[in-house]
Amino acid sequence: MTMTFEKTVLDMATTELREVNSRLQAAAKAQANTAYEIANPRGAHAVAVGLDGPLEVRVKGSAGYYCAGMNKEASVTVEGSAGPGVAENMMSGVVTIEGDASQYAGATGHGGLLNIKGNASSRCGISMKGIDIVVHGNIGHMSAFMAQKGNLVVLGDAGDALGDSLYEARLFVRGTVKSLGADCIEKEMRPEHLELLKVLLDKAGAAARPEEFRRYGSARRLYNFNIDHADEY
Amino acid sequence: MCGIVGLFLKQEALRPRLGDLLTDMLITMTDRGPDSAGIAIYGDEAEGMVKITVQSDRPAEAFADLDAAICAAVDAPVTIKVVDTHAVLTLPAAVEKAAIAELEAQGLRIMGSGASMEIYKEVGLPKDVAARFGLRAMGGSHGIGHTRMATESAVTTMGAHPFSTADDQCLVHNGSLSNHNQMRRRLAKKGVFTRSENDTEVGAAYISSRIAEGASLGEALEGTIEDLDGFFTFVTGTKTGFGVVRDPIACKPAVMAETEDYVAFASEYRAFADLPGIETARVWEPEPATVYFWER
Repeated sequence: MTMTFEKTVLDMATTELREVNSRLQAAAKAQANTAYEIANPRGAHAVAVGLDGPLEVRVKGSAGYYCAGMNKEASVTVEGSAGPGVAENMMSGVVTIEGDASQYAGATGHGGLLNIKGNASSRCGISMKGIDIVVHGNIGHMSAFMAQKGNLVVLGDAGDALGDSLYEARLFVRGTVKSLGADCIEKEMRPEHLELLKVLLDKAGAAARPEEFRRYGSARRLYNFNIDHADEY
Repeated sequence: MCGIVGLFLKQEALRPRLGDLLTDMLITMTDRGPDSAGIAIYGDEAEGMVKITVQSDRPAEAFADLDAAICAAVDAPVTIKVVDTHAVLTLPAAVEKAAIAELEAQGLRIMGSGASMEIYKEVGLPKDVAARFGLRAMGGSHGIGHTRMATESAVTTMGAHPFSTADDQCLVHNGSLSNHNQMRRRLAKKGVFTRSENDTEVGAAYISSRIAEGASLGEALEGTIEDLDGFFTFVTGTKTGFGVVRDPIACKPAVMAETEDYVAFASEYRAFADLPGIETARVWEPEPATVYFWER
């Protein structure tokens, strides 16, 4: 059986954001599995948020704050750059940014793949809780701050204080790391990590070999109160 | 939250469109700052002359014979252009100080002065402020605009941005400074005074005083990272260029775009949507604690 995708164009030059989002949300909820194109996004906020079901959405230009937030199952592609908080609290599905992403991309994400083809700025993956984030360029300072679970893969360089107060998220960086945050250390790359990286790089269509990366993770020294430091408090 | 826009033209041909392009950018930033708006525009200049922009709440009265009064006081030719609540007086640079003292003595508020810079700012929605001043019709080489959502001082004309603390220099700011009172006292000890209670004006005065002491614009902006505490995305204008700097935390948004025709700055990409050639422009986010500036 072949599936034919019917493509609907929603033009934001003539359609209000609320209308655009409610049509997308209704289609996702109805498990319509159809394709939508958002014309003239012009940097609008909160484009294609709260999609709860399989749906293909292509945003034909740059988006503003909170694009594709809370995404579940849908596949959202931005053919431009995304403003702060893209794919915030994403649950599943795929969000692809062809250009750059601004600060706190993928914040608190629980699952799915956030694929950023350009750079991501500060606080990428802050408090991530299971999402996979692949950044083809560089990431800014304080990325993966308090990251709990999931994988952050960076093909370029990382800024200051990577992985500060990190829990169990895994961080893979191919380029340089300007500095590591508190309790974040470099860790041994074992076969299972190379295997995992290969899967993530393939999924993201990233031209890099797993062997080129270094792994960083939590030293787990902040997990418990240290009685030897009692005098310092 | 506040909105910032800036446009620095690289092509002479676009000069007549500067005000029009900046006005659209400014209005797009209304929901980041609906309580006041302002613009500094760098336009035509005449050899040896200076322009002083003043504001009055009673412009009809205050501006009626102002040119004649200042002419008599400083014994030099003065021309006046009245634009709503603002007036731009053009007079020989040699008598600038005396003219400003006389204007202040008459109870007028000084918005700024310089060879090419004019500043227009008022309380109200950006679209209303732009219409009152006829911003769309203004030409120039570069300009900076601000839409304000007040946090650190009252919603008044004097609290609106841009702030100018030296000839042809101005500053707009998104964020809030936490050591502005201490810095205000430090500057006052050096004889540098501000006109309002606003935190941003202290930032502007800091940059001006550094430049007056011999620093370049770049060095003065570098200094803000060391000496000013708080959140800031600053955009500053000078006669020949404009500069951008963000604090090291960089939580206040910033985006830039560059083509062969212009360099543009905005708090959000939305403000760029109507710029010519934006589809193929290089668009990027300025790095934290990094100084950028363009000069002609």
